[in-house]
Parts: sequence; C-alpha cells; structure tokens
Amino acid sequence: MSDKIKHFPGEQLKGSDIREGRIPVVKHRPNVKYLWSAGVAMSRFLEGLKECKIVGSTCKKCSRTMVPPRAFCEQCFKPVDGYTYVKDTGTINTFSVSYVAGDASRIKEPILVAVIDLDGASKGMGILHLLGEIDDWKQIKFGMKVKAVWKHPEERTGTITDIKYFRPLKEV
Amino acid sequence: MKMFGKKRVAVIGAGMTKFRRHLKETGKELAWEASKMALDQAGLELKDMQSVVMGTAPDAFDGVHMKGEYLADGAGAWHKPYSRVFVGGGTGVFVTDAGWWHVASGQFDTCLVVGEEKMSSCYPHPAYAFTTIFDPIFSRPLGVTLIWIFALEMHRYMHVHGIKKEEIALVSVKNKRNALDHPCAQLGANITVEDVLNSEVMCWPVQRLDISPTSDGAAALVLASEDVAKKLTDNPVWIDGVGWCIDSTFWTNRDLYYPKYVQCAAQMAYKMAGIKNPPKEIDVAEVYDPFDYKELHHMEGLMLARKGQAPKLTAEGITQRDGDLPINPSGGLLGVGNPIAAAGTMKCCEIFWQLRGEAGKRQVKGDPRTGLAQAWGDLMQYGSVVVMRS
Repeated sequence: MSDKIKHFPGEQLKGSDIREGRIPVVKHRPNVKYLWSAGVAMSRFLEGLKECKIVGSTCKKCSRTMVPPRAFCEQCFKPVDGYTYVKDTGTINTFSVSYVAGDASRIKEPILVAVIDLDGASKGMGILHLLGEIDDWKQIKFGMKVKAVWKHPEERTGTITDIKYFRPLKEV
Repeated sequence: MKMFGKKRVAVIGAGMTKFRRHLKETGKELAWEASKMALDQAGLELKDMQSVVMGTAPDAFDGVHMKGEYLADGAGAWHKPYSRVFVGGGTGVFVTDAGWWHVASGQFDTCLVVGEEKMSSCYPHPAYAFTTIFDPIFSRPLGVTLIWIFALEMHRYMHVHGIKKEEIALVSVKNKRNALDHPCAQLGANITVEDVLNSEVMCWPVQRLDISPTSDGAAALVLASEDVAKKLTDNPVWIDGVGWCIDSTFWTNRDLYYPKYVQCAAQMAYKMAGIKNPPKEIDVAEVYDPFDYKELHHMEGLMLARKGQAPKLTAEGITQRDGDLPINPSGGLLGVGNPIAAAGTMKCCEIFWQLRGEAGKRQVKGDPRTGLAQAWGDLMQYGSVVVMRS
C-alpha cells in the first residue's frame, strides 16, 4: 500500500453475519457427480491392488521404474517400455500427523500420513499413504522400514485403500 | 541492457483492497476497487487500457465455474482483449508475467493486471474446496487435504537440513509484525516464537500460527510500454525479469526438500535481468509465504540463500525490514492475508511501492533499486517470479 493512498476499500463482515443471514445472501449446493475412468496405466495398478500387488511402469531410456505407473514417461515423452511389480515394503521419506479433516474440522485421533519410497522402484519413487499399528507417533522415524497391510480379499475393490495402511516392519 | 521483448515494460500504478476473512463486496466488486485504484494511481482511465489480464485461483471457492468471465467486468475487460490465467497459488505473480508479454510483444501499449480471490463464499471452510484438486484415482480416496502435503514438505525440509521449528517460527513472528504497518492487513500482530510453538497442532509439524489465513481481496497493476510510461511518470518501475516453471504433478516422486522449479523460474528471470549474484543484487524481496517454512524454502529456491541456510539468515536479522536483505516487508501472506491470486499480486504491488519509495512505515532502508516478487502453487510444483527495477 502506497503512502499516497488514504482510502482502503473493503467492508469487513463477521462470519456470523453471513451464516445467520444478517446481510442478504444466496445459498446453493451444486449436485454434480463424477465417474472417472482410471485410464490405461492406472487401471493396471488398480487391478494389481486386488491381488496384493503394486504395479509400476518402466522406461528404458531414463532407466526409471515408476510408481504410480504411467502410460508414457513424462521426462522422455515416449510410451513406457512395460509394466512390472514393485514390493509392498518401503522406507518413510517424510511423514506428518493430521489433526484436521478435509473440511478443516478437528479430529481427536490423528491420521498418520507418509510418503513411502517403495522397494523395487527407482530411488525417490514414493507414494502417499497412511501409517498404522503405531501407538505413539513420536515412534515414527525418517528412513523407517514399513510394509503394506492389505484388506481381506473379499474387501478389496481395486482402489488405493485396498492397502489399509503401512506398518513398521520391526516392532516399535 | 539486453532487450528480451520488443518493448521495455513499466509498472506505473498499483492498487489493492483490504484483505479480510469475510468482505461484503463480491469478487467482481473487489476486482473493480483494486483496478480503479491502480488506474487512479497511474493517472489513467479504463479507455487507456488496451488489454486486460485477470488472475484468479480455483473456481471451487466461488462455486462459479467460469470465473474469468464472471469477474471480467470488475477487471475492466469490457470490449477489450482479455484473458484469465491460472497456475494455482502461483497465479498472482504469473498474472504480472502474462501482463509483461502483452506489452513486451509490442501488441499493446498498456495492460491492466488484476488478481482477485474471494474464498469466504465456500463454507463451512474453503479448505474443503482444496480436496478436489488432487488426483481422483490415486490420492483422493485416502482423504488427502492440502495441509497434509505441506506438512509432508515442511517435515522433509526440516529433516534434510536439521532445521528446528523455532528457527522456522521466526518467519511468522517477523511477517505478522511487519503487517502491523500495512493498512490493508488482516493479521498484523506482535507474537513470539513461543506463541507459534504453543499454537494448536494442525498437522505436525504445521501449527496454527505457521499458516496464513484464508481471505477475500483483490490487487491490481497498470503496465505500460516504455514510451507511454515515460510520458506519464517520472518514476516508472521496470519489469526487467520474468520467469515461470512447473515440475511434475507426481509430487511424491520428487524430493520435496528443495523447490527446483522455483530455481528454474528464478534463473529465467535473473538471466533476463542480468542478475549474477541474487543476494547481492536484490535489495528487497516479496517471497511467497503461505506457511512460514515456505519463505525459507523459497529463499533457497530463489538462490537468495544457499540450501539449508535461509533459517540462519533469518535468525541473524538479515531478512528483517531494516536488514541487508529484507524479505516480505509488506507482512506477506502470513500477515497481510492470503486471498490466493490477489496475495501474489499484492506482492508485486509491494515491490512497486518499495521501489518508488512510497511504502511509508514499511519502507525498507537505503534506496532499493532492485526488487523481486515470487509465488508458488499447484501441487507444490509451480514457481512464478518477477524482477523489477526503479
């Protein structure tokens, strides 16, 4: 803001002015739903999850084994050379402990979140997932080895949540 | 200097509204207020504007999925070449980059650049709109939220360099204090490191006072070609460098400790501006700070500090308003507020006012000649940079 300007536009309201209708408001909730095709590469990934397998794709040009799999290498800009399985074990690259839900409301039991670099994929190829079987989040360490805990076969539907969470490989 | 377009481009006016959690005005009315102020400052009228660029972030905040068109009248676009640009949180600075090429190309002599955001329409909290930015197949079923991914990045940055929370909290303390001198600021305050460390844990290591607020607001700039600018003002501020870059959307496949894409955007802008030694040659910077760690992370990406060294510069007071390299003298997003696209444009406005010596109580010491504004966005993958000189 310039010291040449003396008038600052904008009329402040309280949240309650809007919520309780003390000023004129219009309310609307769109009713829109989506059905996404999982696509060429991710369809293979989701099919693999039903069988407790994690699918990656490989590019010979840049020598990467990539998770999640893609149909094309975004760096070499060519089709991938094939699909492969990586392991369901890995290493914690980074983690966080969430006390907030998606709508910013607060939750008592924190959600443990991590980026896990999977064994068998190229270095630094992580996926986002949850951590479990940990009593106190202070036990979580960078570089800790973890393993996927899968849902029972009849519960698996071919979604990323077919993996319930990753648990420490050693007891904590 | 070497020319990077057909014409050299100047900023000749800037304006902004108050930033607040809830404002009565619609987004269109806010855009109009900021645009009118910028035009008044430039001594011009809408008829003098040959082109308009609008920056505004996700449509989901407003629930109007044609937001560029929805806001057009407020941005002064009537019967003009007009476009909306959108690169997530990077939009507010990128809209200035886009305005630059409108004029530098020689196509237009003038361009009105507008950044707007009204987040409060989305309730109970605009954070919920952010849950729809993620990949629907791979990420959303996990319940991923924006704060998770920033907490993951912050933690990785802290881990790789051994940085402590108290070192990062100094940024929040500094920026909220700076904002006390900004008449449009939402959250200016005198707080302590202890206040930050004792604030509610949202998503460890992110605590409440590590985060900027959600806001409504707008900001605008008037750009003109050199020949037009010199007729209108004795002290134009030149846009001497622009840069922008994106990284892969597979954000879990890259090391989050360092924003390589910000470095690429900065290198592009520095090359244009002929800057060889950024910390020596840049006098004042508005660095994107939606979270306190982001100021440090971005100072490193912008090569204003070496990797892992930004906390040290902060602790030494170098980034204070009276330090050798003032960072976010406005108060930044942490203090002035964070209406996404408007916040980045506010940073461009602040550099303009600083380089004109008009920043009043916020004016940095000495006679700043070179300033930088930067924003960041999308899935932790986008950098936009502008370098200005008086």
